[in-house]
Amino acid sequence: MKSTDFVDSQYLRTDIPKFGPGDELKVHVKVVEGNKERVQVFQGNVIGRHGSGVQETYTVRKVSYGVGVERTFPVHTPTVQKIEVIKRGDVRRAKLYYLRDRVGKAAKIKEKRDA
Amino acid sequence: MALKAIVGEKVAMSQVWVNDKVVPVTVLRVEPARIVQVKTTERDGYTALQVTYGHRDAKKLTKPEAGHFAAAGVDPGRRVVELRLDSVEGFEVGQEIKVDTLIQGERVDVTAVSRGKGFAGTMKRHNFAGQGASHGNHKHHRAPGSIGQCSFPGRVFKGLKMSGHMGHEQVTTLNLEVVEADVERNLLLVKGSVPGPNGGVVIVRNAVKGK
Repeated sequence: MKSTDFVDSQYLRTDIPKFGPGDELKVHVKVVEGNKERVQVFQGNVIGRHGSGVQETYTVRKVSYGVGVERTFPVHTPTVQKIEVIKRGDVRRAKLYYLRDRVGKAAKIKEKRDA
Repeated sequence: MALKAIVGEKVAMSQVWVNDKVVPVTVLRVEPARIVQVKTTERDGYTALQVTYGHRDAKKLTKPEAGHFAAAGVDPGRRVVELRLDSVEGFEVGQEIKVDTLIQGERVDVTAVSRGKGFAGTMKRHNFAGQGASHGNHKHHRAPGSIGQCSFPGRVFKGLKMSGHMGHEQVTTLNLEVVEADVERNLLLVKGSVPGPNGGVVIVRNAVKGK
């Protein structure tokens, strides 16, 4: 409960799926090039969520041509058209920054098996 | 001076999206202000509106306050605030001033009393650099250094920046943009930060400098 909730509530999106650290996401981002708009997909693992309310953000990490790429999105931003959860990860901590120091198989996240 | 002004309370900072871009805003609660007294050049030597807002229990007023409100025929409010204006023509006692005196996109100046910092040293108060952590320094890491010359002039010049009380003074932030002015919710969003703590009284007037 924040004192600015009465302002923030109208900016909160209700179509955001539940996801957390370790999950693999497809984030559909609107990109404006000149006067054209198209949708770009950023696929990777969530390595953390930060903050709360309208200001909450999450960081997605992927390895592209051997180079690690991380993007941080605000959870409630209107520029993200859609979030798809591809896989649920089985992880033991909230921030997966250790993945930055790992490559290959060591950087793999175990998939969650629901009992 | 200003053409229009209103009084409000700072709620907190937040962010909103305008055209898919994040805009940092300060949320101000601006309740309708009731004019208690109109000050004129002839009578008072300057022009201003004395206003009140919110509600206060009539029993909790002092007798002079109660008399002042009764004479104006205005419901007693939480505070009495004076808004200096260029001209008070067209304003009369009892009239209400609401947030819609300001419109979206307009530039405003916001005046408030800043947070008190207590007795602060020169590093915090005047952004002095301080002194080295090492090279033989002993107990003078945050000291101001030299404050003058020698037997001539033999004194410390007046107005030299030194330690002392910091904050809790009137501060005005100029040229903030109005992001939203909502009459129904008594709400004003201005882009950027505003002096003072959450809950503090702020005076918003149209910008006197700039566009």
